Amino acid sequence: MSSTSHAEDLAHGHEHDHDHDHGHAHHPRGFMRWLTTTNHKDIGTLYLSFSFTMFLVGGILALGIRAELFKPGLQLWHPEFFNQLTSMHGLIMVFGAIMPGFVGFANWLVPMQVGAPDMAFARLNNWSFWLLPPAAILLVGSFFVPGGAVAAGWTIYAPLTLQMGPGMDLAIFALHILGASSIMGSINIIVTILNMRAPGMTLMKMPLFVWTWLITAYLLIAVMPVLAGAITMTLTDRHFGTSFFNAAGGGDPVLFQHVFWFFGHPEVYIMILPGFGIISAVIPAFARKPLFGYSSMVYATASIAILSFIVWAHHMFTVGMPAAGILFFMYATVLIAVPTGVKVFNWIATMWRGSMTFETPMLFAVGFIFVFTMGGFTGLILAIAPIDFQAQDTYYVVAHFHYVLVAGSLFSMFAGVYYWLPKWTGHMYNETLGKWHFWLSMIFFNVTFFPMHFLGLAGMPRRVPDYNLQFADWNMVASIGAFGFGLSQLIFLACVLKCIKGGPKATAQVWEGAQGLEWTLPSPPPYHSFEVPPQVK
Amino acid sequence: MRSPLGNAQRFAVRDGAGRVRSTRRRGRLPGTLLGAGGLAAAATALAQSRYNLQPPASAVAQEIYDLHTTMLWICTVIFVAVFGTMFYAIWKHRKSVGHVPAQFHESTTVEIAWTLVPLVILIGMAIPATRVLLQIKDTSNPDITIKATGYQWKWGYDYLSGEGQGISLLSAMSTPRDQIDRYDGTGAPQGEHYLLEVDNAITVPVGKKVRILTTAEDVIHSWWLPAFGVKQDAIPGFVRDTWFRADREGVFRGQCAELCGKEHGFMPIVVNVVSAQQYTAWVGEQLKKTSSTAAEADKVWSKPDLLARGEKVYGSVCAACHQPTGQGIPNAFPPLEGSKVVLGPSAEQVKLVLAGRKGVFTPNSQMPSQAMLSDADIAAAITYTRNAWSNKDKAAADMVQPAEVKALRQ
Repeated sequence: MSSTSHAEDLAHGHEHDHDHDHGHAHHPRGFMRWLTTTNHKDIGTLYLSFSFTMFLVGGILALGIRAELFKPGLQLWHPEFFNQLTSMHGLIMVFGAIMPGFVGFANWLVPMQVGAPDMAFARLNNWSFWLLPPAAILLVGSFFVPGGAVAAGWTIYAPLTLQMGPGMDLAIFALHILGASSIMGSINIIVTILNMRAPGMTLMKMPLFVWTWLITAYLLIAVMPVLAGAITMTLTDRHFGTSFFNAAGGGDPVLFQHVFWFFGHPEVYIMILPGFGIISAVIPAFARKPLFGYSSMVYATASIAILSFIVWAHHMFTVGMPAAGILFFMYATVLIAVPTGVKVFNWIATMWRGSMTFETPMLFAVGFIFVFTMGGFTGLILAIAPIDFQAQDTYYVVAHFHYVLVAGSLFSMFAGVYYWLPKWTGHMYNETLGKWHFWLSMIFFNVTFFPMHFLGLAGMPRRVPDYNLQFADWNMVASIGAFGFGLSQLIFLACVLKCIKGGPKATAQVWEGAQGLEWTLPSPPPYHSFEVPPQVK
Repeated sequence: MRSPLGNAQRFAVRDGAGRVRSTRRRGRLPGTLLGAGGLAAAATALAQSRYNLQPPASAVAQEIYDLHTTMLWICTVIFVAVFGTMFYAIWKHRKSVGHVPAQFHESTTVEIAWTLVPLVILIGMAIPATRVLLQIKDTSNPDITIKATGYQWKWGYDYLSGEGQGISLLSAMSTPRDQIDRYDGTGAPQGEHYLLEVDNAITVPVGKKVRILTTAEDVIHSWWLPAFGVKQDAIPGFVRDTWFRADREGVFRGQCAELCGKEHGFMPIVVNVVSAQQYTAWVGEQLKKTSSTAAEADKVWSKPDLLARGEKVYGSVCAACHQPTGQGIPNAFPPLEGSKVVLGPSAEQVKLVLAGRKGVFTPNSQMPSQAMLSDADIAAAITYTRNAWSNKDKAAADMVQPAEVKALRQ
């Protein structure tokens, strides 16, 4: 049956003027189409576009930070504005770039991968996305209110937050909206996965990406309300006379940290588990070999998620917990290395004795394993509490989390985009551009963040706009790397835009070793796919 | 101000990394030769990038250093094993060299193996870590107890027990702002201890157990001395503790380690570790100063004295926000030049400085209270603002005595 190509819709908006399949009512074109769409493919595209836009905004803030830190002394920003840059860089990247990016993948892929025609709650899906742009406007707009944006770090500890101007309140409202969007999206994903799988697709036959999103969605529902609690308590302490975090009123500043990190630690697993799912799709495809240890991978992902609830205070080793508390959290934290290691070994075992080719998705996937594991090692080192006493709040921590979030989450998303873009658009992307993007990103990423391990160990604290001369060399290197990394992302933008517009036609299979229901559909898939569920053997 | 350490400093010998090694007893020929070579090396040490934790100056810091080295080795071995395997596969198991894919995809044995072996390795890591953690947490039986209070943005120290009891110090960064501010492209040359120097360092005797109590007046700060392996958050309304025992003399520097507002990067910590005799001498000096600070509040100051002192205090405390020019920063920090408060009744300005104030421009930002400063310092700074810039000859009362400040404290 004929269908309007989704990719052409993407590129040419309102040029086509004929009915869609099934003689349904004429779909809106142009802006209204995007505003009112309930189609999981459209909504996936919206999420991914939003995510990349926020990534560029957050990236510009990062360049502002690294420009100031290029040399000792204050050259560009007053310290209070510098603190706004660091705080907003974190908030925008976490809540605006990484999380919506993974939701974009979920929207595009989960229905197709389970053989469903769309998400369970299609209109809720639209609402989940369209909450995001207003939230982003509130958040980014906070730069322009008196006092500027929140300047208390992305972790917004009390009681420093009680000193912030109205930018803090805007951030709180934005976070509430972002949280609501995440919760709604997660409900959608869980119900879709549990209720709408094609006949024959048992849970243990689902692609691992679907498993990782099923588990991530439960994590989101569990912890976003906790963040909402923490920021609401901050709001009432600021404006309504409560003293949750004010000792003089009977409260405790450390309470904020406990509540925040009870959200915050599962949050970082929320930001990586879908990435694990993407890598678990890409590696078998390009090794032309099934994923090694599928059940172990499922159990490992679930273990990581469960363990993620009992480790939060490793972000708080220096608050003054009794030794027993510190020891508990130290032991629980190092335990997470076990299932994470299992996953890394399983990926390598998938590669082992495969027949590998190294197109861009595979380059990013292999690069991910290499660099994410390094981040995992520094995480393990930080888990050792006595070492953490030295490294807490230093550039060592900054290095660690950028290794797992950039080389981890972001690279896994790049792998996913290059892997699925031909399916989504019907065109092959330009492999040369992709490879340039990969190599430049890998090199500049390491130039930027590897020296930060040295800086942290040597004694440079984080969230400072200036530093002693002993730290100058590595800061200069890191700043150069940062600008290189930032500019390299423009290659990605060019590559994606070029691919959307056109390119060599993609087959349904696209990649020789790709497995899964989505590869049985044409490239691009019809606007409505699997309206008749496939039979899964 | 620098504590008088007698002759010891002149004999201080620096090793190749610029660390001060212990001195007087070993000040003979080898020491002198070492010193000469050390001085030359110290110059290059400044230019060295550092890769690792700072050289430990306490047993705990040494334990942490060794723990980290162990962890690094274990991670390196695992890294080489795992990625050696991966890169071997990338090299040999490629389609382009004709490798045909195998189809195996599970093995329970292997899964159990690579679950249990890492678990055993982790237990191996946890045992020494536990031992060191318990050492760090044992703050019992200190020789000296010092309370460190975090302020926005300086540290206050009170010697609570042991030799030195009764000493109180405020310790603020002493790096001049003209070394820091380079917005117009120029600035004064930055010194060796740029951002890591203070007006009053605390002094402790070598080899004695020093317990540090931490608290804060406003927001969370954190007291961090890398050379001693010590970091403890300073939380308003609560008192936490940590301890160190310095195993050699020297000057050790740290920084605040919890974001506490705009000057978070500018509130360093400096600890002077000296011999027992030097410490006793220092204690004597300090106790005299503490009582003379109290006396300062009662005497009547001349205007030139107030202005001289006030210019210093303004530069190190007030200028960070209100700027050396007194112009403030638009929509952030109000100007003092032409300010109604500065030109009006002195009591209002004193009360404002003591109490702090909710934001002029933004409802929740605020000027932190400066009540931790001495009466003389507050009086001098206020006097300075009333006579500086174009405020000169315009203020109603152009001089404030420390006694007036003392009377207005509640």
